[in-house]
Amino acid sequence: MTEQKNSEPLWWGLFSAGGVVAAFLVPIHIIIFGFAVPLGWISDSGMLYHNWLIKIYLFVLITLPLYHWAHRFYFALNDMKLGFPRKPVAALCYGGALVGTLATLWVLLSL
Amino acid sequence: MSGTRPDQSKLYHRKMSAAWWLKKPSYFFFMLRELSSVFIAIFLVVFLVQLYQLTRGPEAYAAFAHKLSSPGWLAFNLVTLLFALYHSITWFQSSAIVLPVRIGERELPRNLFVALNVAALGVVSLIILVLFLTLEG
Repeated sequence: MTEQKNSEPLWWGLFSAGGVVAAFLVPIHIIIFGFAVPLGWISDSGMLYHNWLIKIYLFVLITLPLYHWAHRFYFALNDMKLGFPRKPVAALCYGGALVGTLATLWVLLSL
Repeated sequence: MSGTRPDQSKLYHRKMSAAWWLKKPSYFFFMLRELSSVFIAIFLVVFLVQLYQLTRGPEAYAAFAHKLSSPGWLAFNLVTLLFALYHSITWFQSSAIVLPVRIGERELPRNLFVALNVAALGVVSLIILVLFLTLEG
């Protein structure tokens, strides 16, 4: 219990940073990669993503909102009173975000 | 202030139905806001899969982008965009309360704070779009 309490500011900080990234950066990315590129309005050769600065940007863009999701989903599931046990749900949510972070790191490093 | 927490098992808990959030519009919008994070996360995971395709070559990458032009994916991305904008607005609204901006003695009106953030979202989006088009072209 005490360990969970001590790590709370870290998770909240990640939640908050993820909320900012999602609020300011995600909508335009949905417009570009969800509509403009698939529909052929603009072209995307993929060459950009070999650049290191862009890789760092993509790392921030993809991973931080995952922690935002983990935090919200965990608390929403608890609030919904579905009767799921707290600790395994927390492990799944925050663990999922960690797995996503490692996967992002792996993909960006292999590019 | 080092009082111990009361024993959870001895506290009175009122029974709550799992559908409590359907009972009031404000509760429903709260859940909708929480749900926005799910759609945003799925979009980013799909984007990550798209980047993974790039590690397999430009053809695989282009094929994946083409796959996203199907009506199902376009519908999903439209819903996700609406959820993302809903997240942006509600995030700005809560920031106005959590991080109030003061100018001298007076607090910046919350509506103005939200409007300035919406303007910033527009400017940031435009910069990303222009950067993308310039670097890609």
